[in-house]
Amino acid sequence: MSAYVVRRILSMILLLVLLSLVVFILFSLLPADPARLTCGKSCTPEIIEANRARLGLDMPVLAQYWEFVKGLFVGRTYAANSPDPVQCSAPCLGYSFKRGEEVFVLIKDRLPATIWLAFGAFILWLAAGISLGIYAALRRGRWQDRSVMGVALVGYSLPSFFIGLVAIFFIIIRFQLLPFPSYISPLENPVQFLQTMILPWIILATLYAAFYMRLTRNQMLEVLGDDYIRTARAKGLPERIVIRKHALRAGLTPIVTAAGLDLAGLLGGAIITESIFSLPGIGSLAVNSVNDADLPLIVGITLVAAVFIIVANLIVDLLYAVIDPRVRLT
Amino acid sequence: MTSAARPFLSVEGLSVEFPTEDGRVHAVDGVSFSVERGKTLAIVGESGSGKSVTAQAIMGLLDRRLSAVTGHAWLEGRDLVAMSDDEVRHERGSSMAMIFQDPMSSLHPFYRIGAQLSEAVLVHQKVSKQDAREQVLDMLNRVGIPDPKTRIDDYPHQLSGGMRQRVMIAMALINSPVLLIADEPTTALDVTVQAQILELIGTLQQEYDTAVVMITHDLGIVADIADHVAVMYGGRIVESGTVDEIFYAPQMPYTLGLLSSVPRLDQVRAERLDPIPGNPPSPISLPPGCVFQPRCAYSDRVAGHVCETVRPELVDIGGGHTMRCHLDADQRGQIASDVLAALAGSGA
Repeated sequence: MSAYVVRRILSMILLLVLLSLVVFILFSLLPADPARLTCGKSCTPEIIEANRARLGLDMPVLAQYWEFVKGLFVGRTYAANSPDPVQCSAPCLGYSFKRGEEVFVLIKDRLPATIWLAFGAFILWLAAGISLGIYAALRRGRWQDRSVMGVALVGYSLPSFFIGLVAIFFIIIRFQLLPFPSYISPLENPVQFLQTMILPWIILATLYAAFYMRLTRNQMLEVLGDDYIRTARAKGLPERIVIRKHALRAGLTPIVTAAGLDLAGLLGGAIITESIFSLPGIGSLAVNSVNDADLPLIVGITLVAAVFIIVANLIVDLLYAVIDPRVRLT
Repeated sequence: MTSAARPFLSVEGLSVEFPTEDGRVHAVDGVSFSVERGKTLAIVGESGSGKSVTAQAIMGLLDRRLSAVTGHAWLEGRDLVAMSDDEVRHERGSSMAMIFQDPMSSLHPFYRIGAQLSEAVLVHQKVSKQDAREQVLDMLNRVGIPDPKTRIDDYPHQLSGGMRQRVMIAMALINSPVLLIADEPTTALDVTVQAQILELIGTLQQEYDTAVVMITHDLGIVADIADHVAVMYGGRIVESGTVDEIFYAPQMPYTLGLLSSVPRLDQVRAERLDPIPGNPPSPISLPPGCVFQPRCAYSDRVAGHVCETVRPELVDIGGGHTMRCHLDADQRGQIASDVLAALAGSGA
């Protein structure tokens, strides 16, 4: 087990190296010239070339990559020989000259809003999706099943920017049930935090809950026909224990997989929801960085999002072994 | 009728219907039989003959929203069919228990066998977890699991097929049920293990004085362990009697067909096995007359196409030996002696 984890972590690191290299090469192939973007209207060819040298953009791509990796561990100084060097302390994910800020710091400041949004919605959609999915499965083919599945279809097909805007219009503007969203840390002002987050949570959860309802329902229907469920009933167990303890556990594996990867994906930024509710998260930062062609920031966000996915994959695989004793991690 | 006058398990006119898109399916139609404590009834028939559905109806395992069960199943004077879902649940696993065909898929793959067995104890007895575990250890010992103290913490996939079926038997008998229904308990096992499992069931049956209903399509098993036999075909009992009556004085051509399709090791056969031609009828569209008529080689001996148009009633031909057939006694006797002679003769 521990040997397995070590091996998985090593291969994870290798994957990250390859991934960051690919991202780096891809972005270097873009027609956008990052040096050209450093000076705006005041650009002259001389300034551009000077900035190119200051940023290290005159080096070959692989050398630039090496500088980047080195910066992650020991920090990095841009334009060391110029009168105003720029310090980027380890872990240096790059430096956004557009924003005059270290990429790592930019992302770190945006992370809490994204994490709160993702986890809140995650809990909501798991609770709603799994319970309604079970409910529908137990009433298969009857009106309750049809209504739950109908609601799921609607939730699935409505784009979140649409229901988000509708919710803002009616709940916040028209009926003024909630104040305008303005993100604040829950430690500072829990009430305002909840007032801000409740709508984004619900909007984001709706989309995912619809998917989890269908997934859970189908899993339950498959598992409920299995022989060991009949055995559990033949033992005289009450139906609720048959469902919760025997059927749900058996049907859990694909739900855990989907949940882990979906949560990790959201930690890389819920672009639409964050933008609609102007939450200062990774998603809206990503949108802004793309609009500004802020390449160091885009690379940083891409890598952070990839790390979340890769780590989530490992956690999901470890959870398999916890759920299913037949899975031996070797 | 008082419970004292009634046999220990008495099934009377049990019917099961499933509404389907193609109409109502009469999976079991008016099945009646009885078993005494310590005795074994074998229900024999091909796939789709309704034998498993009969067992599940008695156990209350059929979803009442998807099936209509009528008739009676008296267990110690209590009618299982008339009980509420909750009442029959309390009988399941305590006074009656069931073991199934495939012990691999019948155990939950994610729970240790000790946990699965303790669960059966704890749902019916008010005992501590520790006491339940003691009972489980004792039961695992009785069903011949070696080193139960270690095995109790194994997962099902760590056990062999025979061991798993022993665990299933332990689970079924742990609350000392008075009725055990075994639905093809040896079909999925190696031949050598089959005999051990049957012997184990027989031993524990004597120990607990349990009535056993053994569902099987294997007549070899029937000859070994059954006291009475009920032959099912198309959702009905077509012949029933003592094991001697069924094996040495079979009446119904279907029973004869079953007997002639059994390979026998004690005889060197010159000819190939003689299987019954055709397939069992679909319960959605049963023939209007005798359900076995389309496959019966002798129905033309009954005048006026009676076999094709009239359902034969279950007739008692003496001493509790019942059968459904339009052939008269002389014809049946003639056919039976021909077939049995051919069976014996082929070995000579």
